[in-house]
Amino acid sequence: MLAIQQLSPSGLDQLWFYLIGVLWLGYFFLEGFDFGVGTLLPFVSRDDVDRRVVINTIGPVWDGNEVWLLTAGGATFAAFPQWYATVFSGFYLALFVILAALIFRGMAFEFRHRSDDPGWIRWWDRALFWGSALPALLWGVAFADFVHGVPIGANYTWTGTFFDLVKPYALLGGLSTLLLFTLHGATYLGLKSDGDVRVRAQAMATRLAPLTFIVVTAFLAWTYQTAHTNHRIGLVPPLLPIVGLLALAAVGWLARELLEGWAFIATAVVIVAFFSTLLLNLYPNVLVSSLGANYNLTIAAAASHRYTLEVMSWVALAFTPFVLLYQSWTYWIFKKRVSRPSETPAESSTTSA
Amino acid sequence: MNSLVAGISTLSLARWQFAVTTVFHFLFVPLTIGLGLLVAVLQTAAYRTKDLAYDRMTKFFGKLFLVNFAIGVVTGIVQEFQFGMDWSRYSVFVGNIFGAPLAIEGLLAFFMESTFLGIWIFGRGRVSQRVHLFSIWMASLGTILSAAFIVAANSWMQHPVGYTIDPKTHQAVMTNFWAVMTNSTFIAAYGHVLASAFLTGAVFMLAIAAWHLRKGHDLGGFAKAARIAIVVTVLAAVATMFLGDSQAKQMTKQQPMKMAAAEALYNTTTGASFSLLTIGDLSGNAVFQVRLPHLLSVLATNSWNGKVEGINQLQKQYEKQYGPGSYVPMIWLTYWSFRIMVGLGILLFALGGAALWLVRKRRLEKSPRFLRFATWMVLAPFLANSFGWIFTEIGRQPWVVYGLLKTSNATSPISPGYVATSLIGFTAIYTLLAIVEIGLMLRIAKVPPAIETPEEADRAPELIY
Ligand code: HDD
Ligand code: HEM
Ligand code: HEM
Repeated sequence: MLAIQQLSPSGLDQLWFYLIGVLWLGYFFLEGFDFGVGTLLPFVSRDDVDRRVVINTIGPVWDGNEVWLLTAGGATFAAFPQWYATVFSGFYLALFVILAALIFRGMAFEFRHRSDDPGWIRWWDRALFWGSALPALLWGVAFADFVHGVPIGANYTWTGTFFDLVKPYALLGGLSTLLLFTLHGATYLGLKSDGDVRVRAQAMATRLAPLTFIVVTAFLAWTYQTAHTNHRIGLVPPLLPIVGLLALAAVGWLARELLEGWAFIATAVVIVAFFSTLLLNLYPNVLVSSLGANYNLTIAAAASHRYTLEVMSWVALAFTPFVLLYQSWTYWIFKKRVSRPSETPAESSTTSA
Repeated sequence: MNSLVAGISTLSLARWQFAVTTVFHFLFVPLTIGLGLLVAVLQTAAYRTKDLAYDRMTKFFGKLFLVNFAIGVVTGIVQEFQFGMDWSRYSVFVGNIFGAPLAIEGLLAFFMESTFLGIWIFGRGRVSQRVHLFSIWMASLGTILSAAFIVAANSWMQHPVGYTIDPKTHQAVMTNFWAVMTNSTFIAAYGHVLASAFLTGAVFMLAIAAWHLRKGHDLGGFAKAARIAIVVTVLAAVATMFLGDSQAKQMTKQQPMKMAAAEALYNTTTGASFSLLTIGDLSGNAVFQVRLPHLLSVLATNSWNGKVEGINQLQKQYEKQYGPGSYVPMIWLTYWSFRIMVGLGILLFALGGAALWLVRKRRLEKSPRFLRFATWMVLAPFLANSFGWIFTEIGRQPWVVYGLLKTSNATSPISPGYVATSLIGFTAIYTLLAIVEIGLMLRIAKVPPAIETPEEADRAPELIY
């Protein structure tokens, strides 16, 4: 029984691999535009009121979006303890930077508007920018590393250093996600803001789209190449990255034609296709070892026992619908575009309570 | 970096890092739980009575609640991942069991807190008053649920139940989820933690209201807030003490060494006395002690002449059971942290009782010395919470999972340089956060609320953040 389990992933193990994949997709789809909005903050606003418009487009939702990450982390801990343990101890310093960035970014939302002091506000603006751009880059590096392989030795122990994480392939992956999320943020802003910010966001989307297309295409081609040299199945299924690239090709045009809803859907499709490609390419492993295929961490070896997975499945089945329901409800409540307050046309800013 | 920390082990650095980040997280958590509930109560009063004084108090304490919540969230993210970073062998060992409540906490509690709080922050004047009120209650419920799951996870480490050890992988494997979620240790700890969180919120509210009453600001509003806070302080202090007492009895059965360490009791004693304080060392030859006869036996076993096992006897017994090694935690820390927590609990009960008496005599607003004292007492619940956890966690040493996994076998196989980097990094960031947070809290707390007309009170600001 145990021997079989070590060899091929059982149904439940697989289910949880996909479910955790879905949690990461949800995270990148939602927090992706938050990161993008934060990264664009300095580029689409002229004054403080503009910046507040930008921040308020994600104000009511950013924390809920971040919980997708926490749930993905917790679910990985429960369903694949060895994956959780190896990745977070191995990617130590990178994770530390991500956590530090998320700390400052989270503080910025609540603290920035609590004082009129320009120095204070400038500080938190920087925190928002770096706190968004750094994780946007580093998550891409990390996921590229999962696929490309990192030095994992016996007992799934990390044997490398920080520099094993920042190989060219992984850096290209990071650049891809940084650009993708920024583009996603631009289409989101186009959909959720009004006035000058909306116009600038559209211009941004139009301008960023071609560059993003080139970088992402290069990265996916390299991924394809890696898949073959690793004697794995190759990019499965090949349709996914193609759909993603087609959607990406359309973004610039959709943004220019002011088809804002479609432009946002297009960047969402790209993100889902991009990360699905990476995750499916990982199967049946959760982590590839650069030291040899027999050190790969497989789904079966990383998974928890059946009972834990069963409990988790029931819990997920019972409660996920509610979460999706009330999260969608917030987007519906706050569906109105955010615009400059009517009384503040000029440079002045009002600090709310 | 590596040469700098060559002499220091990954283990001790990881322990420091965990202690720093966790104690810091738990400074804010109880206030979030307690103040969340109190703000919901204030808003309900405002909704029911249409009295704008309650509305002002809702907004005033709501602001403080939000600033506090933000720090709770960002420090919580670190908690979620540092098990994997610094305690990977622990994570592999317990993941089957410990991971489940952690994941469920995210799905059930964190989504609820964050989503409904978003509606609450941005919804005033945009959603109906009923939906707005509903959203703060849901957020409060989320914080209470989140405490349940994480305390259940922690209680499993104190008293493992519903598991077996897989002979092949040497992992702890869950066999009964219901047993994990109804662990007697969890039931006891959850009540005590929740009661102490409500106590924290109430004392915080009382302290700030007292300051404004002394300054004569918005007497209508702060007098009402103070009255709610005083009632909750008394109730929560009684509950905290009562539940803590029953926790102590259970702890004596499940972790007798912790109780022995709490008293620095070296030899098994019947009818054991409780020392209020000790001068000199705690190795059994104190210079001076104040002792209350029989109290330790009553606290530990509920009987006047109950037998309390001593450190020496327990050490011998554990060596036989688990092999050679020291099974004695840091005595001075357990001894004093327990006394600080319990002492502050009694002091807070006295604070609540005295305040209640002043209210009944209609003298609260006219007692500036008492009001000043009440303001300073804001520090007490935070100290008690921290020392409560320090006692619980240090008293469990050398185990990280009681009887199953020693802390020294739980670390990640990584070089101390990494851990030192993150220890220094997090400590620096958290220090900065603490300074900014406390400065901001003080500033917000000192500004009395503006008096508004009903229309103004319900208007939504155009830009919130
Ligand atoms: C008794 C209660 C309690 C305890 C012991 C802990 N926490 Fe906590 N935590 C909360 C009660 C709480 C809370 C009340 O739900 C918080 C505080 C502020 C907040 O926003 O939610 C929170 C926030 C919070 C968050 C952010 C949630 C969000 O984004 O909304 C995470 C990821 C964690 N915690 C994780 C942990 C972990 C892994 C802990 C164990 C070491 C831990 N907490 C101890
Ligand atoms: C006066 C009476 C009190 C008694 C008898 C008491 C008793 C206890 C005991 C025995 C424990 C350890 C449980 C274990 O390790 O198994 C504990 C832990 C704790 N206490 Fe108290 N306590 C008291 C007051 C307080 C107060 C006033 C606070 C905070 C405001 C507080 C907060 C905590 C916390 C946060 C913990 C750690 C979590 C836990 O294990 O429950 N306690 N207490
Ligand atoms: C509900 C979750 C938890 C809370 C609130 C909590 C709280 C605490 C506190 C307050 C300390 C302070 C000790 C000090 O100041 O030295 C501590 C120490 C520690 N905790 Fe926990 N803890 C929790 C869960 C865990 C978990 C899951 C681990 C697993 C690795 C753990 C391992 C440790 C270790 C190793 C120390 C250091 C002990 C020492 O320095 O001797 N704790 N914890």
